[in-house]
Amino acid sequence: MNAYSYTLLIPLIPLFVFLLIGLTGHKYKPSISGLIGTAGLLVVTVLSYMTAISYFWTDHIAGTAYTSLKVFEIDWLHLTEFLTINLGILLDPISVMMLVVISTVSFMVHIYSLGYMKGEKGFARFYAFLSLFSFSMLGLVLATNIFQMYIFWELVGVSSYLLIGFYYTKPSAVSASKKAFIVTRFADLGFLIGILMLSFMTNTFDFQTLVSSDSPALSHMGGATFLGLSTLTWALTLVFIGGAGKSAMFPLHIWLPDAMEGPTPVSALIHAATMVVAGVYLVARLFPLYSMVAPDALVIVAWVGGISSLFAAIIACTQYDIKRVLAYSTMSQIGYMMLALGVSGYGGHDGLGFMASNWHLFTHAMFKALLFLGAGAIIHSVHSNDMREMGNLRKYLPITHLTFLIGCLTIAGIPPLSGFFSKDEILAAALHANPALFAIEYLVAGITAFYMFRLYFNVFWGKSTHYHHTPHESPLVMTIPLMVLAFGAVFSGFLPFNELVTSDGLPFEAHINYSVAIPSVLIAAFGILVAYMMYRKESLVPEKIATSLGAFYRGAYHKFYMDELYLFVTHKIIFRYISQPVAWFDRNIVDGTMNLIGYSIEKASYMIKGFQSGRVQQYGYVFVTGAVALVIIFVFIW
Amino acid sequence: MDSNILFFLLAGTILLFSVLTVTTRRILRAAVYLLFVLVSTAGLYFMLNYNFLAAVQLTVYAGGIVVLMIFSILLTSHISEKAKLAGMKQSLLSALTVVAGAILTIILLMNHQFTASSEPAVSPDVQNIGRHLVSYGENGYALPFEVISILLLAAMIGSIIVARKESLAANVKPTDENPEK
Amino acid sequence: MTGNIPLEYFLILSTIMFFTGIFGFLTRRNLITMLMSIELILNSVNINFVAFNHFLYPNNLQGHFFTLIIIAVAAAEAAVAIAIIINIYRNFKSIEVDKVNQMKY
Repeated sequence: MNAYSYTLLIPLIPLFVFLLIGLTGHKYKPSISGLIGTAGLLVVTVLSYMTAISYFWTDHIAGTAYTSLKVFEIDWLHLTEFLTINLGILLDPISVMMLVVISTVSFMVHIYSLGYMKGEKGFARFYAFLSLFSFSMLGLVLATNIFQMYIFWELVGVSSYLLIGFYYTKPSAVSASKKAFIVTRFADLGFLIGILMLSFMTNTFDFQTLVSSDSPALSHMGGATFLGLSTLTWALTLVFIGGAGKSAMFPLHIWLPDAMEGPTPVSALIHAATMVVAGVYLVARLFPLYSMVAPDALVIVAWVGGISSLFAAIIACTQYDIKRVLAYSTMSQIGYMMLALGVSGYGGHDGLGFMASNWHLFTHAMFKALLFLGAGAIIHSVHSNDMREMGNLRKYLPITHLTFLIGCLTIAGIPPLSGFFSKDEILAAALHANPALFAIEYLVAGITAFYMFRLYFNVFWGKSTHYHHTPHESPLVMTIPLMVLAFGAVFSGFLPFNELVTSDGLPFEAHINYSVAIPSVLIAAFGILVAYMMYRKESLVPEKIATSLGAFYRGAYHKFYMDELYLFVTHKIIFRYISQPVAWFDRNIVDGTMNLIGYSIEKASYMIKGFQSGRVQQYGYVFVTGAVALVIIFVFIW
Repeated sequence: MDSNILFFLLAGTILLFSVLTVTTRRILRAAVYLLFVLVSTAGLYFMLNYNFLAAVQLTVYAGGIVVLMIFSILLTSHISEKAKLAGMKQSLLSALTVVAGAILTIILLMNHQFTASSEPAVSPDVQNIGRHLVSYGENGYALPFEVISILLLAAMIGSIIVARKESLAANVKPTDENPEK
Repeated sequence: MTGNIPLEYFLILSTIMFFTGIFGFLTRRNLITMLMSIELILNSVNINFVAFNHFLYPNNLQGHFFTLIIIAVAAAEAAVAIAIIINIYRNFKSIEVDKVNQMKY
């Protein structure tokens, strides 16, 4: 045991709370379940901050590299002599950073939900699932090896499934939860295969061994190739596919907008701040390995991130459901993070992208949770998701308005809010490595500002809408988290990430690159300005622009028909030509054989059953006849 | 020559009444035919000089068992009642098996060469029988004798218990219906 | 006194009697007549024993004693069987063998 033994409590407390509420939640009042869950998360948050402070500052000797500490580990499964699956806790800069992110957002969401979910049916269930999710997510980031990560990876998938389908009486929620689960599961298949390939080649699951400078993977670099890429590259690409599924990267993003069917706090916690960045975290976790042995895979990561961010940003401009706008915005921002990882190098200033990605992950968690919770507050008071039914809300919801504005400014990248810093670093890193991607991201920065302020002006300004009942500001339990997160969104940009979270653990000099920063602020301001002109007052300009764009607008409005494409591929091709024959084979040949065996035995039994008729004379007859037959056989024939 | 006639007479009686026993539809008559069979068998024993055995056959079989059966018939069915016959199929199949079995057995024993022991004969008179029955040396039957005694005792107790009207549990309870008994 | 009747005659007699008894056992519905058939079978066996004793092994009395014991067993068996039959009659109001098949399966 060592100084960090208490970190073991960080995942275990939510697990305990989950079991407590899940098993006994129906026995007491729902609000008590909520309080238990919130109290548990409070403890977790305190412990996480303790861990972060002692890891980053008090226990750290200035000038040395941050090392990764294996605080705790048990052997769980012995697969082979070399290959064991362990469960443990690993502390290094990114996992400690994630602890802070998860516990903060989760704690805020717990408090917020006390107000938001008040009086909902299944309140205790909601808190049980939230705790389960917190447990899984904390276990995921603390994993010491890739297999433990995979286990918790699936657990967050399950929690996400349960929470999206929280309103399980609503068909759309049910299908959304299924969609999310199946799509991420499909991606996880890639992850699993990647894990198997990786462990087959390196004989280890352990992160520390895998990413060390004498990683066993290095000896396989010149190994077998397939389609021009080395096996290791393939393995890491497959791992990335798992991450892309969880992080809703193009083309596996289709589940994320639908996942907004879940309660809004869930969207804030899972589908904005924590679970969807698990893919980024996964790549960041294995980043040294990627950059050492598979730079080709990093190129794929970068391009997938870039395309996703552009793609999502365009769609976000056309959506009317405020949560969907935020969902696409999340996808777009995660695209940024992926891109930053993809263009990053390893060590020193080359690792700028790595640092920027994690920084953006941190700031994004703050401002996107803030935006989602703000959207929740809006929905709570208006009882609608559709921004066309909103307008002029700034008078009714002053606190929400202010915090939401902060969130929008942050995501648009206006200095000195945190989004500016992290986005600037990403753009600088992209400019360094790949000008084409830089151009995309530069464009996306403008679009982001536009669609966020389209949302903002539509909701808080614009036409004065007549409401059925006057919207009112949310209770304090809901506005306090907003304010806390707004605080985080404003000030997290001043955290010295270039000293804390770097690819090799050593601090490096980072400075604001004015040649990147000034144009990016300008384009953001331009986006805001356009949005202001179009949506500040009710006008016909947006309509005109939409019609003049014609097919492109319709395509974006329909999310570029990705869902339809998936449906076509799955229903018309996979189901019809693969699944149906397989199902037929299974039902008729496989099951048929089994049924035939069962059926024939049953029939035979019925036939034999008659022998035991209970009639003495029948028995006697068989006995005598048998005796006679035996005499005939053994005496006369033999 | 006359003993031959006696044998065929007895054998004919036995065969006739055996068949009648198993085929008659009146159950009381079946008992009486069985009695004839048993008596004729006793006659065979007489013919073979086993007088004691014949006497036992008459007293135990004819006198005991058959009377017991007649009583039980009177207890369980009417005299006028005609027994139901077995189905055609059952009768035919049984007859086939039985005839086949009989023919096979007869063929077998006709083909078998029996060899008689040439040692001096022992007279089956009552004196000899009594001596053998209770001696335990060579040719002594004291053990079977005792075993069969116990068997008879057990059968007696068992049949009393089985045929008793009240259940055992009911009997254990004190009876207050007939306090004078 | 037996004249020149050969052993085989006795055996044939007992064989026919034996199979007649079996036939009765297989075809009669009434439990008491089935019991009678069993008595026939036992009796035929007795004849066999006596005949073997008399013709083949006159030097001892094994067949004779066997027959005696069989008679005793037959008496015991008849007593128990009739007790059971009366009990069945009390429970089923019938002594038809077809009715007494509750213990199948």
